[in-house]
Amino acid sequence: MSATADVLRSSRNGPETAAFDVWRVREDFPILKQKIYDRPLVFLDSAASAQKPRVVIEAIRYRYAAEYANIHRGVYYLSQRTTQAFEDARTKVQRFLNAREAREIVFVRGATEAINLVAQSYGRTFFGEGDEIVLSTMEHHSNIVPWQMLREQKGVVLRVAPINDAGELLLEEYEKLLGPKTKLVAITHCSNALGTITPLPEVIRLAHDRGIRVLVDGCQAVPHLKVDVQELDCDFYVFSGHKLYGPSGIGVLYGKAELLEAMPPYQGGGEMIISVTFEKTEYNAIPYKFEAGTPHITGAIGLGTAIDYVTALGTERIAAHEQAVLAHATERLKEINSLRLIGTAEHKVSILSFTINDVHPHDVGTILDREGIAVRAGHHCAQPVMERFGAPATVRASFGLYNTTEEADVLVTGIRKVLEIFG
Amino acid sequence: MFDLRELYQEVILDHSKSPRNYGRPANANCQAHGDNPLCGDRLTVYLNVQDGVVKEIAFEGSGCAISMASASLMTEAVRGKTEVEARGLFKRFHSLVTEAEPADADDTGALDKLTVFAGVREFPIRVKCATLPWHTFTGALDRRVDMISTE
Ligand SMILES: Cc1ncc(COP(=O)(O)O)c(C=O)c1O
Repeated sequence: MSATADVLRSSRNGPETAAFDVWRVREDFPILKQKIYDRPLVFLDSAASAQKPRVVIEAIRYRYAAEYANIHRGVYYLSQRTTQAFEDARTKVQRFLNAREAREIVFVRGATEAINLVAQSYGRTFFGEGDEIVLSTMEHHSNIVPWQMLREQKGVVLRVAPINDAGELLLEEYEKLLGPKTKLVAITHCSNALGTITPLPEVIRLAHDRGIRVLVDGCQAVPHLKVDVQELDCDFYVFSGHKLYGPSGIGVLYGKAELLEAMPPYQGGGEMIISVTFEKTEYNAIPYKFEAGTPHITGAIGLGTAIDYVTALGTERIAAHEQAVLAHATERLKEINSLRLIGTAEHKVSILSFTINDVHPHDVGTILDREGIAVRAGHHCAQPVMERFGAPATVRASFGLYNTTEEADVLVTGIRKVLEIFG
Repeated sequence: MFDLRELYQEVILDHSKSPRNYGRPANANCQAHGDNPLCGDRLTVYLNVQDGVVKEIAFEGSGCAISMASASLMTEAVRGKTEVEARGLFKRFHSLVTEAEPADADDTGALDKLTVFAGVREFPIRVKCATLPWHTFTGALDRRVDMISTE
């Protein structure tokens, strides 16, 4: 009996009342059972990509084994069934984000492609020389480089909102950057390097007061927090499926319908057109206008299943569990004198970045690896924020819904080994 | 723990904590910069080469213990050697850290202290850390050759 099924059954009493049994939940993830170098795998890199529950693996296997054809094309049974499953997945994403309409959900390859789409379609059409885009110090490279490319093309100006020593956005400084030329704020919901949760309601209100559009990079938020795009009132919201326990190669761009409608297509091809002659092509309606070519069909369907999975477990219950593990891990890491935590914001998701004295993060990573512990060591594709803290690289332990306080203790034991070797 | 000690030998830890020949010599006549974006290792190797002999060698940079120790031990190993000898040494070093049975295992004597890096072989993703200083060193030599050939 899987934990989801259990949760689904107990959800008659309301999913929020049932206790979150992490050991049950772990049973849903086949990969977690294995040993690495003869030690139980302690997977602490879900912020890079999360492991997949059996239901997701099974949904993809089933699709290819039993019910697969290209979508939006065939008049025959299998094509209709697959199209239905694909569009159901879109509806699941819509409900998950609480978007107003399913047509506001565009399937893309991932957050990176979603941001590039907005930069190239929306930015290139509506921004000009001297227009300003406000980012934050904490952005992932994928929310920096597409805007730099737009700068090359259109002469837009990038401005960067700073953070304090805890890794929190400085709201007053941010507000000062919003001026008559500001066209867009492109900001992360949660920092992948620090774990900081951005105060989005204020960030968005300050921008909207001045008629400025807001794009939110939700990659690190959707696995941990309840997201409601209508309540946030953001204009664009992007995330990747693979960090939400779904497949890689699939992601989501949410955009307000009126914005998506005003935007030109991003790529040309099949699926995104209504009719083509060599003189003129009529584009399809949203979201299909932005979905040129055959999409990652099983990816979208697998993502829909992943959303079912986390929804059944309950976003709030997942968050409560992860926050408990985070609090425990933070306390334990603080016991180690030579360890410096980077990113100590008051509101964080379950990500811990740190350095240990002079020991290079890659040496830490290698030693922990031999203990069966998978952590990320490096700059986490967020070099500007690393520079802000004067650490070219850190070790990052990130905790997903399947991680336990016991695993945090194993991490601490592993770090003691590092200290032993580097003495 | 045995395998980790194999990688992080005392000599390696010692050289990574207090690298020898660290800095920029005033008489350098060629140099090269090397980057390992995966690790964030970066270093610059400075050389003074005269009549095909490495008279002076030093480096600056930062990175993991393996890359720093490798750079430090390399400077000791190649100083005073001819270019040909130094390149030959890199070949043997490369084989030491990548091949299960190094090409000239009976000849490791020539590698001397550098044999402490044999453990790197068990950690494939760390091979680049060990070889980066050497690639940078030969890059500096190559560049000098280029300069000469364009004269
Ligand atoms: C905050 C953030 N934004 C964007 C990305 C890019 O996501 P993807 O590589 O899936 O497109 C990541 C993933 O590392 C991330 O953590």
